[in-house]
Amino acid sequence: MALLEARGIKKIFGRLTALSGVGLTVAENEFHGLIGPNGSGKSTLMKCIAGAEMPTEGTIRFAGRDITAVPPAERARAGLSLKFQITSVLPALMVYDNMLLALQAQNPLSSLIFSRTRGPLHERVLHTLDQFRLAARAGDPAAALSHGQQQWLEIAMALAPEPRLLLLDEPTAGMSPEERRVTAELLIPVKRRCSLVIVEHDLDFIRDICDVLTVLDQGNVLESGTVAQVQNSRKVQEVYLTRV
Amino acid sequence: MAEASPAYRSVPRPRRIPVIPIVELALLPIFAVLPLVLEDYLTIFVTRVLILALLALSFDLVWGYAGIMSFGQAIFFGAAGYSIALLARDLGITSIFIVLPASLIIGLLVSLALGSFLLLGRCPPTTIFVALGTLTGSYAADRLARGWYYLGGGNGIPSIPAMTAGSYEFVEGPVYYYLAFATLLLVYLLCRFLVRSQFGLALAGMREQEARIAFFGYRVQRLKAIVFSLAGAIAGLAGGLYTFHEGSVWPNMLGVGLSTQIVLYVLFGGVGTLIGAVVGVIAIEIVSFWLADNYQQVWPIILGLLLLLVILFRPAGLISLLVSERERVGTFGRPPRTLPRAAHEG
Repeated sequence: MALLEARGIKKIFGRLTALSGVGLTVAENEFHGLIGPNGSGKSTLMKCIAGAEMPTEGTIRFAGRDITAVPPAERARAGLSLKFQITSVLPALMVYDNMLLALQAQNPLSSLIFSRTRGPLHERVLHTLDQFRLAARAGDPAAALSHGQQQWLEIAMALAPEPRLLLLDEPTAGMSPEERRVTAELLIPVKRRCSLVIVEHDLDFIRDICDVLTVLDQGNVLESGTVAQVQNSRKVQEVYLTRV
Repeated sequence: MAEASPAYRSVPRPRRIPVIPIVELALLPIFAVLPLVLEDYLTIFVTRVLILALLALSFDLVWGYAGIMSFGQAIFFGAAGYSIALLARDLGITSIFIVLPASLIIGLLVSLALGSFLLLGRCPPTTIFVALGTLTGSYAADRLARGWYYLGGGNGIPSIPAMTAGSYEFVEGPVYYYLAFATLLLVYLLCRFLVRSQFGLALAGMREQEARIAFFGYRVQRLKAIVFSLAGAIAGLAGGLYTFHEGSVWPNMLGVGLSTQIVLYVLFGGVGTLIGAVVGVIAIEIVSFWLADNYQQVWPIILGLLLLLVILFRPAGLISLLVSERERVGTFGRPPRTLPRAAHEG
């Protein structure tokens, strides 16, 4: 059974139809790339899945449960995690505290009030920061990190609640080629832990890490299949050759 | 590759001396000995200041930590005051062991009811919605009290019997001062514990990126409602202490005027540090007291200008003269001070 199954997702903002009946299916441990020209509805679809936007029509099932009307916090608790397109680490807090904030998110209230997990999570905070090459910056405010490092911190934070499905919206935007390469390296081990839906403009990056691709164009699914299938699709070539 | 990346610099960080604990420790002994050196009428004045500081603390908790602009802290203060005034007047209940817990519970229940209505709706409310909602609540409570004969109408309830412990009566003076002081100290320590806990980190996250942290699984509106109710309980407790200290309650104790005054105390002293709220009350009350004595005609104008100046030039309040932004935001974890170069290598 598919982990995520979005069917007939329609999203209308006033007069603008951002999505007109899109479907997306993601299997367990699948890395699914979402590509398409600017304005094709990729980010809107991600937001609908994570609960940041409510679809005008359509249903979203996650792990066998209909989550179409479930608020974001409950989706996160069910195992969905989103990294926004805009970097949204908490700039005034230390890098360490950003990580702790993400790791403790689903602890019960009483344990937060009595700080019961501050000690037990310490090693995990350092270990995760170390994995994402941020250990040396643990005590700095997140605002002091470079753009690429902030993106890594966000990915690390999005992975902290051990989601079953991670949604990454343009994780490598604004990164140097070297930082992109490192990001791909950081994401590959994630495959053992969860599924991934990733929006990216960098097609080489997508090719390196994804199993399945879905191409959106003007709010519709243009093509969906393995990387090879999509690459050879004439429809996709037309869109990418004529409009991008 | 690793050496080339800025992520691998090992940065020894100088340890900054925290200022907030110094301010806290400096104020503590001063207030502990004040009744011993002050004349009685001044002790009574400072007792009032301490009780108002308790009320300001409740506002700092909601605005400074949970980001809820409450223009209605006086509702909980006044509702608790009226309720225990009725307990004393109609049922003769004045025992400290009943009236103070009762005022706390009334503050809690009223704020829980208002908080559920304002904060737990289907869509997250905007700051303006909550500010106007609480403001309206405060105005309505004031009008209700003024119009209700049973509550004494515009005059309120005068001549409430003194609070008692057995046969002992708490009248204004040094003993009442120490009661207020002990209550403030206890509540302050509890708030301090809370805002520095992992719960406090969640609140800091909520303040900085409310929309973001829901996606980690934080139930943001519930967190807000909890802090709002807790602050309501503190405001209620302050209302109970104030009522028996003054020996009466009146509609202004519920109204927009007092609600706004509390906001000003905290903005003046400094938001989101706890001690800033206390400093704000002390500063405004002492300045008002002195100005009213020396410039009887124009003192409200001078005070108003002074408030404007501080809020314009020091938006983070008086305490920001001493406390850095970094310290105000706070640290919650314990990152190692220096880290080995590229710890993960190998």
